[in-house]
Amino acid sequence: MPGPSAIPWLQNLNALAGGLFLLATFGMVATRQALGCLRLFIAQSACLVLSAFLLGMLDHSWDLMVVGVVDLAIKVFVNPWLLRRSLGREVYTRREITQALNVPATLLIALALALTGYFLAQPLLAVTGGADIGLNLPIGLAGLLIGTFTATVRREAVPLFLGLLATENSAFFAGLAVAPAMPLMAEVAIAFDVMILVFVVGILTRLVHERIGTTEVGALTALREEPKA
Amino acid sequence: MSLIALPLIPLAAVLLSRLPLGTRFAPAVTLLAAATAFALAVRTALRVVAARELVALAGWLSVDGLSALVWLLVTFVSLMAALYSWGYLAAHESDARRIRSYYAHFNLFVFALVLVPLMAEPAVTWIAVEFTAVFSVLLVAFDNTRGALEAAWKYIALMFMGAAIALLGFFVLFWAQAAAGGGHDSWDGLRAVAPGMPPVLVMAAFALILVGFGTKVGFAPMHTWLPDAHSQAPSPVCALLSGVKTTTVLYTLLRLVPLLPPARAAVWLQVVGLISVGVAAFLLLQVRDYKRLFAYSTVEHMGIIFVAAGLGAPGGFYTAMLQMVSHSLTKSFCFFAAGAALLAVGTREIASVRGLIRTSPVAGAALLFGALAIGGAPPFAVFLSEFSVFRAGVEQHDYLVTALLVVFITVAFFGILLHVNRMVFGRPTAPVPPAHAGTPLPPTCVLTLVLAAIPVLVFGLYQPAWLHGLLMLAASRIAPVARP
Repeated sequence: MPGPSAIPWLQNLNALAGGLFLLATFGMVATRQALGCLRLFIAQSACLVLSAFLLGMLDHSWDLMVVGVVDLAIKVFVNPWLLRRSLGREVYTRREITQALNVPATLLIALALALTGYFLAQPLLAVTGGADIGLNLPIGLAGLLIGTFTATVRREAVPLFLGLLATENSAFFAGLAVAPAMPLMAEVAIAFDVMILVFVVGILTRLVHERIGTTEVGALTALREEPKA
Repeated sequence: MSLIALPLIPLAAVLLSRLPLGTRFAPAVTLLAAATAFALAVRTALRVVAARELVALAGWLSVDGLSALVWLLVTFVSLMAALYSWGYLAAHESDARRIRSYYAHFNLFVFALVLVPLMAEPAVTWIAVEFTAVFSVLLVAFDNTRGALEAAWKYIALMFMGAAIALLGFFVLFWAQAAAGGGHDSWDGLRAVAPGMPPVLVMAAFALILVGFGTKVGFAPMHTWLPDAHSQAPSPVCALLSGVKTTTVLYTLLRLVPLLPPARAAVWLQVVGLISVGVAAFLLLQVRDYKRLFAYSTVEHMGIIFVAAGLGAPGGFYTAMLQMVSHSLTKSFCFFAAGAALLAVGTREIASVRGLIRTSPVAGAALLFGALAIGGAPPFAVFLSEFSVFRAGVEQHDYLVTALLVVFITVAFFGILLHVNRMVFGRPTAPVPPAHAGTPLPPTCVLTLVLAAIPVLVFGLYQPAWLHGLLMLAASRIAPVARP
């Protein structure tokens, strides 16, 4: 496999995309408003797309360029549009006050997770890897951990699900660098698969909203072994 | 050609069951499609026993012994579930639109399930596994009650979280393959370069996929969604979820086992498996809902299969496959029986059901049969497979693992029988609600119980030569590849 050619300004730009990606992920875990969370998710996806284009140029890989175009269409435009369309305006204007932890504690844990991601990546980077893997893998791992954490502390349906989408974005962000030669069909199909998922989750959230009158899914705790109060 | 035709059959049934041609058309089409798919799967399995592997599109679509085995299970259970759904749904639902919607989703779910074993490319397998979750979530929510929606939400959130983590694992796996010199990106291609892969990358990929797909399989401690989803869905869907959906995800995890350094693989599989068996065995004791009882038993059995695969060559891999078969067949039967009990008494609460054998002899007998069979009493299939696991453990001198397994399985056996015994034989405490008293079970449900019981009993007493051949082939696919 030919290694990526060293073009400093492209690599610097990729580092910038990675930094902004991580910043957006931090923002998603801290922000309280559903709409703000959605905007940060769009920003995170845009950074992912930018990185795909830059790595495509570095690797001279048309596949990554196509992945970038498909992700631009699906992750930056279609998925947020689907999420907006499926739910009423009311859900997005609501502030989430009942999050399990306060903002400083959340950010502190997210920071610890980012460092964990960095250290987890080190033994893998020792095996092989160019500059792009050294950048994308730790950020992807950090995003994976922070996204999972976001989903566990959120109680509102949309921010919770956005946390999961951020997790998937992070896996992809690392994947761009570690597996640039992944068959194009698989990568594109993954993007479409996630689009179907967003569509189905939209339907489900609407059902929950209609039937139970809230989208605070964290409050749904009827199913458990203990006797009902 | 028949390889490509098999997934197309349920896909065609999705479209046909949407046609507004009366409330009987959709179930009939679904049943016909399921029967055809099962016939094709049998034919494929017999051909695989002779030819080892069938390829439809090299590197993308192929079926080997392991795939053929999973296909047989998926198509058989979906045939039974289609038959069962006919009467079960007719007893619950009269709205023609909702009936059509149920069958459309049912077929879509079956389509995703048969897609998983057909895929030869790991990343595409990930997509197929993801489809099985996406296409089943609205079935979990089908009853549209608070409980069903809560279960569906937890289900999809944890499924997607698992999928996202596993996705990074698949990327790292691809990286490991590239580091070992590349080759074709397929399960076979991975096997070919496995000895050359950097161990740290393979283990990292496996760890990520184990956490991700382990959540989907329901390994403890990531099992919390499973009893919810597998108890709130309509009973035929539970049979598919617990009987074969978990199996298809487990199938993907088992595909990775040959790629790992054998000694480490053994430890990981045994530890993860034993934790699940142990946790589930004790959680079984305190359930209050009989569908959750069988759901926890699924967590237990997934653990047993993993432990068996961790015991290693040659007995371990074979018994893991045997256990997979007996669990799928028996667990789907258990949910059919639980559904019959639900139709007969209208409640899922164990404490409210007493003397079922008198109020509804068929449901009572089926529930008892299912409980004995899944608990591992002789002469049923699970007894034979669990006994083979113990024997493999002793042969491998893994005495501690075997002893723990025996203890946990015994606890689970008594847990299941304790609850079911009270339900079936206990003295009736409250009269059956008049809405349910005297309504006989729908004929298709009774027929399903009879048909689904046959393999549960037969495979405990007798193993046909073709099944043995298929199990051997399947076991050879999860055995470690030869290393220099």
